[in-house]
Amino acid sequence: MRLPLLALLAKGPAHGYELKQSLEKLLGTAYPEPNIGQIYVTLGRLEKAGMIEGTDVTQSTRPNKRIYQLTPAGRDAVASWLKEPAEEPRLRDEFFLKLALAPDTEERIALINMQRRHYLNTMRDLSKLAATEDRDNRFSQLLIEGAMLHLQADLDWLERCQEDLE
Amino acid sequence: MSHEAPPVPEGGSAPADAEPIVRARGLVKTHQADGVPVKAVRGVDLRVERGEFLAITGPSGAGKSTLLHLLGGLDRPDSGQIWLGDKRVDTYGEARWAVLRRRSIGVVFQFFNLISNLTVADNVELPALLAGHSTREARQARAELLADLGLEGRERSVPGELSGGEQQRVALARALVNHPSLLLADEPAGSLDSKGTREVLRLLSRYHERGQTIVMVTHDARLASAADRVIHLFDGRIVDEATFGKEPPRAEGVAGTIELKG
Ligand SMILES: Nc1ncnc2c1ncn2[C@@H]1O[C@H](COP(=O)(O)OP(=O)(O)OP(=O)(O)O)[C@@H](O)[C@H]1O
Ligand SMILES: [Mg+2]
Repeated sequence: MRLPLLALLAKGPAHGYELKQSLEKLLGTAYPEPNIGQIYVTLGRLEKAGMIEGTDVTQSTRPNKRIYQLTPAGRDAVASWLKEPAEEPRLRDEFFLKLALAPDTEERIALINMQRRHYLNTMRDLSKLAATEDRDNRFSQLLIEGAMLHLQADLDWLERCQEDLE
Repeated sequence: MSHEAPPVPEGGSAPADAEPIVRARGLVKTHQADGVPVKAVRGVDLRVERGEFLAITGPSGAGKSTLLHLLGGLDRPDSGQIWLGDKRVDTYGEARWAVLRRRSIGVVFQFFNLISNLTVADNVELPALLAGHSTREARQARAELLADLGLEGRERSVPGELSGGEQQRVALARALVNHPSLLLADEPAGSLDSKGTREVLRLLSRYHERGQTIVMVTHDARLASAADRVIHLFDGRIVDEATFGKEPPRAEGVAGTIELKG
């Protein structure tokens, strides 16, 4: 959460609730909804670490709000975050352990079949999500497509397992 | 022209609603590869309901294309029976199968099989003409389909001038031009990238919604997940089957597949 918030603040100063709204608008419903409490906690930590600086703005009818902006250290952190490649996603290791530890081939094949059905159902849910999600939200659509391609890779791997074990 | 397809096969008594469009029992098919027998299909039972969208998945060489070819009469089984509607068809000769394919079964092949020196328009109109439609009817059906598949303006191109995705759509148009009761599609998004696959997916879903019965072979889980039911073929046998909507929805929703790091 730290670096996405810093990257959002790099676009301009904002308060906690605004950050939550921009994240939601950018990423769409496919992405887990950012938790406002978590955002406030993270902002507090970032301020303590000298990455951002907060200024209280008094409001007449509502409680004061704190507007944050990046410090030079925060700006550096965003720049180096964007320069680094991200870690690759992990294999579904729980399934892998089940497969390796299952008592015999018959159980392994049953596991593979069950897992395939499960992935296909997830794929169907993702297709539905892609259909209901705002078509014009490019990032959201790309995220769903990415999840689908990952799932396809998992399915291909299941097939390899089956070919190898049968 | 309506999208209501005639019952399969034509001329028979009207089949009861509950009667499946395809029924196969104990299908076995052995290919000869340089004199060596290859058992491609080893005893498959199958039932496809009217309006159903069935996907067939499985690894390369599992016998998926062979099974589809058996259902379209493009290959003959060593043993086993096939019914289309209320007609037993595995005993049909080449000529009767050819009539069936013209009137009631549309086939999309794994490698398009478009006629390379005919234009897109002619490729699509030819099956309609062969089925006995007038030139005017064929032209109208072709125009409707190409518009539907987003291929307007490409009528005068030859297949070699089209992208893989466009050729795939022409193959689909050709298979659909006679409003077949049954569409057999072998890897209809075979060589396409993710975006092209999405297009084919949209088209197939649209036709399925209109009541088109589809049997589709695919490696692509996204296509497969648009079907009502998925059967998994392995080494010539059906080893698993998934029907959608049978698993309860995940508690955490699909967002669980898309994980946010703290
Ligand atoms: N015409 C043929 N002559 C000889 N052998 C064949 C022929 N067609 C298929 N086979 C063999 O039969 C088996 C099943 O082939 P089939 O084409 O049905 O597999 P598939 O599941 O469609 O594979 P893919 O996913 O690669 O298209 C394979 O071992 C293949 O080599
Ligand atoms: Mg094949």
